[in-house]
Amino acid sequence: MSPLVIALVIPAAGALLIGLAGRWPNLRETVTMVTAGTLFAVVASLAADVLGGGRPTASLVEVVPGIELALAAEPLGMIYALVAGFLWIFNSIYSFGYMRTGNEKKQTRFYICFAIAIGSALGIAFSANLFTLFVFYEVMTFSTFPLVTHKGTPAAVRAGRIYLGILLFTSTCLLLLAIIWTYVATGTVDFKAGGILAGVVTPGVAATLFVLFILGTGKCAVMPFHFWLPNAMVAPTPVSALLHAVAVVKAGVFIALKIAVFVVGVDFIAAHDLGTVLCWMAGATVIIASLVAMTRDNLKALLAYSTVGQLSYIVLAACMGSRLAIEGGAMHIAMHAFGKITLFFCAGAIYVAHHKTEISQMKGIGRTMPVTLFCFAIGSLSIIGLPPFGGAWSKWFLALGALESEHVALLVVFLVSSFLNVAYLMPIVIRAFFVAPDEGTWDKGVQEAPIACLLPIVVTSIGCVALFLFPDLVYSFASRIP
Amino acid sequence: MIDFVQKHLPILIVVLPLLAGLGALFVGRRHQPWMLALATTWTVFGLTIALLTRVLRDGTVEYAIGGWAPPWGIALRVDAVNAFILLIVAGIAAVTTVFARRSIAAEVPDYRWRFFYSAWLLCFTGLLGITITGDAFNLYVLLEISSLSTYTLIALGMGKDRRALTAAFRYLVLGTVGATFILLGIGHLYMMTGTLNMADLAVRLHDLHDNRVVLTAFAFMTVGLGLKVALFPLHMWLPNAYTYAPSVVTAFLAATATKVGAYMAYRFMFTIFGRTFTEGQFTVDIFLITFSCIAIVFASFVAIRQNHIKRLLAYSSVAQIGYIVLGMGLHNPDGLTGSIVHVFNHAITKGGLFLALGAIVYRLGDVTVGEFQGIGRRMPLTAAAIVVGGLSLVGVPLTAGFISKWYLIQGCIESGRWVVAIVVLGGSVLAVVYVWRLVELAYFTAPSQPEVEVREAPLSLLIPTWLLIGATVWFGIDATFTASTARTAAETLLGVIP
Repeated sequence: MSPLVIALVIPAAGALLIGLAGRWPNLRETVTMVTAGTLFAVVASLAADVLGGGRPTASLVEVVPGIELALAAEPLGMIYALVAGFLWIFNSIYSFGYMRTGNEKKQTRFYICFAIAIGSALGIAFSANLFTLFVFYEVMTFSTFPLVTHKGTPAAVRAGRIYLGILLFTSTCLLLLAIIWTYVATGTVDFKAGGILAGVVTPGVAATLFVLFILGTGKCAVMPFHFWLPNAMVAPTPVSALLHAVAVVKAGVFIALKIAVFVVGVDFIAAHDLGTVLCWMAGATVIIASLVAMTRDNLKALLAYSTVGQLSYIVLAACMGSRLAIEGGAMHIAMHAFGKITLFFCAGAIYVAHHKTEISQMKGIGRTMPVTLFCFAIGSLSIIGLPPFGGAWSKWFLALGALESEHVALLVVFLVSSFLNVAYLMPIVIRAFFVAPDEGTWDKGVQEAPIACLLPIVVTSIGCVALFLFPDLVYSFASRIP
Repeated sequence: MIDFVQKHLPILIVVLPLLAGLGALFVGRRHQPWMLALATTWTVFGLTIALLTRVLRDGTVEYAIGGWAPPWGIALRVDAVNAFILLIVAGIAAVTTVFARRSIAAEVPDYRWRFFYSAWLLCFTGLLGITITGDAFNLYVLLEISSLSTYTLIALGMGKDRRALTAAFRYLVLGTVGATFILLGIGHLYMMTGTLNMADLAVRLHDLHDNRVVLTAFAFMTVGLGLKVALFPLHMWLPNAYTYAPSVVTAFLAATATKVGAYMAYRFMFTIFGRTFTEGQFTVDIFLITFSCIAIVFASFVAIRQNHIKRLLAYSSVAQIGYIVLGMGLHNPDGLTGSIVHVFNHAITKGGLFLALGAIVYRLGDVTVGEFQGIGRRMPLTAAAIVVGGLSLVGVPLTAGFISKWYLIQGCIESGRWVVAIVVLGGSVLAVVYVWRLVELAYFTAPSQPEVEVREAPLSLLIPTWLLIGATVWFGIDATFTASTARTAAETLLGVIP
């Protein structure tokens, strides 16, 4: 069996076994860990193959004559698959701590859906054509729905409606339309380096299709289709951390890059400025989201808006029509993932240890949770894009891309956004460490979250530093994108 | 024996259930009529598989009844189009008959069982006959057989709810109007051409395509068929009929009756009228597309507001029929493929969904919002079937509904009808709304009568339900059989394949 197929079978089999082991929590958690570990091993071996120049493909089933579910590995998809696979391991450890300490209900269902969601992420990463991509995109939407509505409260049900409503509306009405339109216009849905639209349709049609593709991928959270993301924060924090900072939202921006490179074609975009409208929309999203984030007191809501802004960095990368920007966008998938998952882990740890969700309640919390808040600072600096943290590299390439494609305005957007990031993230750190707490709040000494929550936080923040020191971990893939 | 079956395959498909339908009255009491029905439907199912295989391999099969050569005698004529529809009708009948025993035992008093199975088999005969015949008048006769037995089947829902009687009566009135219009259409055609054989009609009408009498016939036919397929605004009979009929009857009718109506429309519009339809000055395609778009939007909105789940799905059927007719109106190969494949996909989806509702009725007596609350925990397998079927109604990838939607949109884009493409896509968003309402009721609300203990449905109900629901998944993942058969059928209708 092709390793690509194995990479999909493992999470599926994992989901099944988790279901069977549901009665014995320890066994169930072991199954999750083993699944995540094996999955990462398989993805890593695939990655080595891809770096060596291999481009494995696999065909699953012919759905209708001429269209099949098919997989193919290429460098861009490998970045996304590696990030999702690696972080799933640590997110699982974190989940055990979080879910058990919080005494959450329906944990078996939680882990099953999680495994399926990760499986669909890999399916998206390895899609060989638009059809396969769309199938796994929808699998992801539906498998994450029970996770968003996990608590079953009226608020969760309402958030679930918004989640499904926006994601399904955009994907059926815009994305599917774009895919079928592409199929009718070009006679193929297969991804091809250099694009399948280039030279086949007029620039006008291509620009329209490009807009439909990007807005149709609601998981990119380009305004005005971003509301689902802040709403999805009702989910337990591990879901927000891995899915709504990494797997799900990165699926969106990964698709944006994939469309730019393999469907429309970067040169085609550059030659006719096909991305102008999208650049405006994404640029506005970057700024507005950062401004909204400044007004939020709920930590997870703030982080959600921060994610909305950061995702549009990658959308901008896709729309600029510059190879450097594409490399920067691809690297940002990994850099932002490590930074943002750290921040969400911290938010969850604060909730688990002290049941605090609002930033205004976190005065002086650095005294009682020094490690967590220190890691929070690292994550924040990486998101802002300062050295010595990974985020600096991707921002560097994005800026170079803006210069290369002569979009100076976008350079300004990146700059302003960095300042805004400082303005909404740093006060949290300052408040935690340098503001005196209210009388009698944190006087019990150091009280961190359980070790299962703390360990992943430390690992991912080390990751932020490691990615700065060894950017080749990502760049070696990014530079191989055709 | 094998030779005999091979030789007389087409007629056996009609004669076996006809004889069994009469026999059901005399085979005894209790479950014997059911056993007869079961044996008949499965045998016929096997025969239709054999017939479709033969048609796909050798092309059109003709059979002259009694050896009287057409156009004088009555001919049966089977090409890819009706062989495929026959398979759907027989397959659904076979599966729903398995479900019928317990469901009917619970919903119909036992002294009426043999009448029920007699009407059931006669209805089955009528639907098969309409589909297989190559003779226009013969089609009308069989249409009446199926309609009359359908009225009976719906009225048998009176044991539970006497509103079944008015529902049946209303359908009787409207159905008779529809059938009469069809008869008038056939009459006009006979007047002009002197023949009733469909193939012969097609040849003779070729040069008469803008003759006034032919146009009159076409108009009568369009309205009559519109009533039979329940195209908006001629759908008024459908919601009540589906709501008050016995559960298994609803499943059977929803999956077959309107589908056979769609088949009649294919046959008359494309094969018989041909140029009148495709080149005619009536621009019927615009009417069909407009009304089907209204059906999709309007019926979906109405479905969202329903509190009786059977009625909700009935309105959903009106919307889904919109998709089928829409593909007809596009008359390009992809659109028509979408229409035909949707006949199959919607049959298995809606059949499965109504069977699942039947399982809930079996346990709880009815299936309104009240019974539906918290059903996800009480009857997990049934509720899961409803979710999967619902996803197929929406047209989510990896379910059968997605395949039809794919082809329909392709057809819309090819003929440059962008607005229609948006309606098709918007229709699935509306479907999400009414399907998700069910999901929320099933999984996020507490049961309205928590003190009543409710167990999962028995296997004899679950297995047929999941056979159909499983098929929606199977034919969503590997749709090469359905899609290529529908494509052959569409090309046959459009005259690409003679």
